[in-house]
Amino acid sequence: MKSLEELRAIKAKMQNSVQLRGVEDADSVIRVVVGMATCGIAAGARPVLNKFIEEVQNRGLKNVLVTQTGCIGVCRLEPIVEVIMPTGEKTTYVKMNPDKVAKIVHEHLVNNRAVEEYTIGNADK
Amino acid sequence: MKELSLNILDIANNSVKAKASKIEICVTESKKDDFVSVDIADNGCGMDEQMLLRVIDPFVTTRTTRKVGLGIPLLRQQAIDTDGHFDISSKPSKGTKVHADFRLTHLDRPPIGDIASTVVSLIFASPDIRYIYKHKTDSGSFMLDTDQVKEQLGDIPLNEPEVITWLTEYINENLQCIEGGKI
Repeated sequence: MKSLEELRAIKAKMQNSVQLRGVEDADSVIRVVVGMATCGIAAGARPVLNKFIEEVQNRGLKNVLVTQTGCIGVCRLEPIVEVIMPTGEKTTYVKMNPDKVAKIVHEHLVNNRAVEEYTIGNADK
Repeated sequence: MKELSLNILDIANNSVKAKASKIEICVTESKKDDFVSVDIADNGCGMDEQMLLRVIDPFVTTRTTRKVGLGIPLLRQQAIDTDGHFDISSKPSKGTKVHADFRLTHLDRPPIGDIASTVVSLIFASPDIRYIYKHKTDSGSFMLDTDQVKEQLGDIPLNEPEVITWLTEYINENLQCIEGGKI
């Protein structure tokens, strides 16, 4: 059975081995924004968000910041995820699911190649 | 919504937008008394009586991208459709309380679903808010207060992925002990 005291161990470990995100590396941060309004949640945004958190942790991607926003505006294409690179370049992924997340993390966040087939531009083709 | 936990995530997001610093989520399930209830209370900006009467109307929303808001009407409809009740009360600058209950054995009652995932999603998105999550069943109760978590963590942010993963496991383990969240 887990107890809250175990968090102290996590704290100690993180203070020793992990450099917490600092302001100094703000220039290299990739932002992942998941739309979490009623439309997004109903379409399955929660497992998408959780998959991003899991993947980012498993791969130790220190420069990726996963956040949420409200309604992005194209509810019929939810769940929607925006990936914003340090350069400001934005890619909008639509009709997301956890399997697509794995591919986007690998291709886009790690190898810097947007996954064309999942983008909004390809949504209605 | 496929799961009640998704409704909770959605309604609690209203509290976040209302600039609450404390959000209480209480889930009660009772096979004995044949009901499931969900209570969400916040200390956010609240609403006046006029707005309160209007929020159950799907054509009312504070969002700016379009003119419909479905969160509250969806939850209300689900409660009423399953022989339950829905209630919302609010005071400007004091906060808002939402209550919904459902008949547990009603065929159309959605499952509670992945409630741990809902709670950690909320903590992840707004780690500065104090969340108090209570879950009661016939065999016991469980409570998570993020202030207690912060006490242990010190200056480590609550939304570090490692902490989030740990919290998910912690909630699921405790729910299992009280046989919660399975219905």
